[in-house]
Amino acid sequence: MTAIDRALPAMRPVGVRSSPLAAVAPWLLGAAILLALPFVFPSRTGFTIMNAIGINVVFALSYNMLLGQGGMLSFGHAVWFGLGGFAAMHMMVAIDKLALPVPVFLLPLVGFAAGLLAGAVLGWPICRRAGTPFAMITLGIGELIAAAGLMFVTVFGGEEGIKGDRVVGPMLFGLDLGPQGGVYWFIAFWVFAAALAMWAFTRTPLGRLSLAVRDNPDRVPFIGYDPQRVRYLVFMVASGFAGLAGGMAAVNYEILTPQIFGALTSGNVLLMAFIGGLGAFYGPILGAVLIVLMQSMLSDYTEGWQLYVGLLFMGLVMFAPGGLASMVEGGARAVRRGDWRERAPAWASGALAFAVLAAGIVLLVELAFRAHGGGALRLAGLTLRPGDAMGWIIGIALVSLGAGLLRLLTRRGHDGDTARPA
Amino acid sequence: MSDLELRALRKSFGSADIIRGVDLAVPAGERHAVIGPNGAGKSTLFNLISGAFPPTSGEVMLGGERISGRPPYEINRRGLSRSFQVTNIFHNMSVYENLRCAVLWSLGYRYTLWRSAAALKDAAERSREVLHLIGLDHARETPAGLLSYADQRALEIGVTIAGGARVILLDEPTAGMSRAETDRAVDLIRRVTEGRTLLIVEHDMGVVFGLADRISVLVYGEVIATGTPAEIRGDPRVREAYLGEEAA
Ligand SMILES: Nc1ncnc2c1ncn2[C@@H]1O[C@H](COP(=O)(O)OP(=O)(O)OP(=O)(O)O)[C@@H](O)[C@H]1O
Ligand SMILES: [Mg+2]
Repeated sequence: MTAIDRALPAMRPVGVRSSPLAAVAPWLLGAAILLALPFVFPSRTGFTIMNAIGINVVFALSYNMLLGQGGMLSFGHAVWFGLGGFAAMHMMVAIDKLALPVPVFLLPLVGFAAGLLAGAVLGWPICRRAGTPFAMITLGIGELIAAAGLMFVTVFGGEEGIKGDRVVGPMLFGLDLGPQGGVYWFIAFWVFAAALAMWAFTRTPLGRLSLAVRDNPDRVPFIGYDPQRVRYLVFMVASGFAGLAGGMAAVNYEILTPQIFGALTSGNVLLMAFIGGLGAFYGPILGAVLIVLMQSMLSDYTEGWQLYVGLLFMGLVMFAPGGLASMVEGGARAVRRGDWRERAPAWASGALAFAVLAAGIVLLVELAFRAHGGGALRLAGLTLRPGDAMGWIIGIALVSLGAGLLRLLTRRGHDGDTARPA
Repeated sequence: MSDLELRALRKSFGSADIIRGVDLAVPAGERHAVIGPNGAGKSTLFNLISGAFPPTSGEVMLGGERISGRPPYEINRRGLSRSFQVTNIFHNMSVYENLRCAVLWSLGYRYTLWRSAAALKDAAERSREVLHLIGLDHARETPAGLLSYADQRALEIGVTIAGGARVILLDEPTAGMSRAETDRAVDLIRRVTEGRTLLIVEHDMGVVFGLADRISVLVYGEVIATGTPAEIRGDPRVREAYLGEEAA
């Protein structure tokens, strides 16, 4: 748990005194980005990727409600995502079959309700424990539901999954959900609404108390609150929002298979939240964007993309436990203090060292992939064959150089830019 | 009427009898000190009263109502609040947030999730009041973990009294403080417990004799004497068991 403990304290004491404008500005910016994106990336691929990002943003934010806000490390968050998704999917099928007057646009609410309900029922035993036992129980529940998903074919469709058609029922806001571009506005709406709701949650008395429980659960009973109850309620709400993301996925993909319950989904959301940063509300958003982009762009070029995600995760945990958000915060703080000019060289050299190291690792990994009957690696006019020593030598040289530089830099500059005092 | 009453209270950990039949009655508004050598069971007594763990036998009565066996959050809601010997605050939260969390239940907010905490006027007012009382106005937004030791101890007291509990238990509030810091802490304790019932564990005899209306001496899990400071000072058993070694 040490890595998590190191990642958590970065959570800013939420500015009780921040001006109304400072509170609204990020939301205006977010809305502007959501409105502008379709015009910047109007391609079909663009919409596919952006819709996937949107779903994962909500999913990752719901995960951080659990981990960043409540200090609960879950290995089974896919359960609520999947159950919400299947509930929405069945509703979508019912809208079609029974001609229900329910707009498909509102299906994420069905997902939310299903997630909340499932979280309330299963969360009752799960939340009786905290810390490592809690994590283990969520792992068990995840495996259990994943296995059940394959067994109950009528509910989850077996290997085939359940299919639906989103162009059914009444339209809302005159939005045609047929084309990917139409789905984008559906996703954008729910991303914004869900993010706003989850942010509002952090400001409620329960949200504040869950920070207290995360910080020091032993003290909480002596200020009148039952920490177990606090955890349980946060767990329920987080499950609800995971279910909402699942509902978005049902509408977007029009097919769900029981695979959705698997450890891969649960692991991915953990990675997104962690890489983005647990300490800031927007951290998981950054993580979701980055991971989905890596997934969809890198997977065209290399089979190794998952390996790179893993390496990125390790690198961040070791060098910037606060994730991407802590780097953003560090930069913002330096700008506010006005000493970013003095720090810029250190950042630049750090980034350079990382880039060199990463280039070396990528080169070695890609060569290794090709060692077994693959072709040559063509890079910047250079043709490197796994059979020749040249590529390996360059790779090892880059890795040594990058690692050496990093070591030099971290030894010199313990100025606490990425790792803050607890 | 006694605000707090212990009746034949016992606690054993395995085969070790730590609290061995304690009877004690603290009338409303009294400042009562518990003194005794290290390991006598003073903190254990506090743990039993505040519900940190249940007694092996005997009862704890608060305002005539039995509270022993209840979980600590219920005891707290009934108007008994305690501090800890080892500072026990929310280190990653700001000083103000520490206090605001501590006032919420007493103002009736429970597990509310449909209102903004920042918009709760009464909670803000009460938190500011306590903030001022403990003299930490200047450190409002400082993470509690970054405060000086004495300020953390002051915040510990603030968190303890913020909910307006009628009965306050303080476990060695001045331990580890300099003379000047101790004087300030005693002054603070005097102010924040005005009109309330106080049970305080303290090793500093200057503090005890200056603050307490009555004193109980706990030795090996038993109260060997209870009385006014003058009575305690003159009690030969106490001198022998406890004060003697202090004076030496
Ligand atoms: N949870 C526990 N399990 C087992 N033994 C315990 C537990 N809590 C306290 N004890 C034992 O009870 C005895 C009394 O401890 P306690 O902390 O109550 O003493 P104290 O009077 O507060 O001492 P001090 O002045 O050093 O704070 C000690 O011997 C301690 O080891
Ligand atoms: Mg003690």
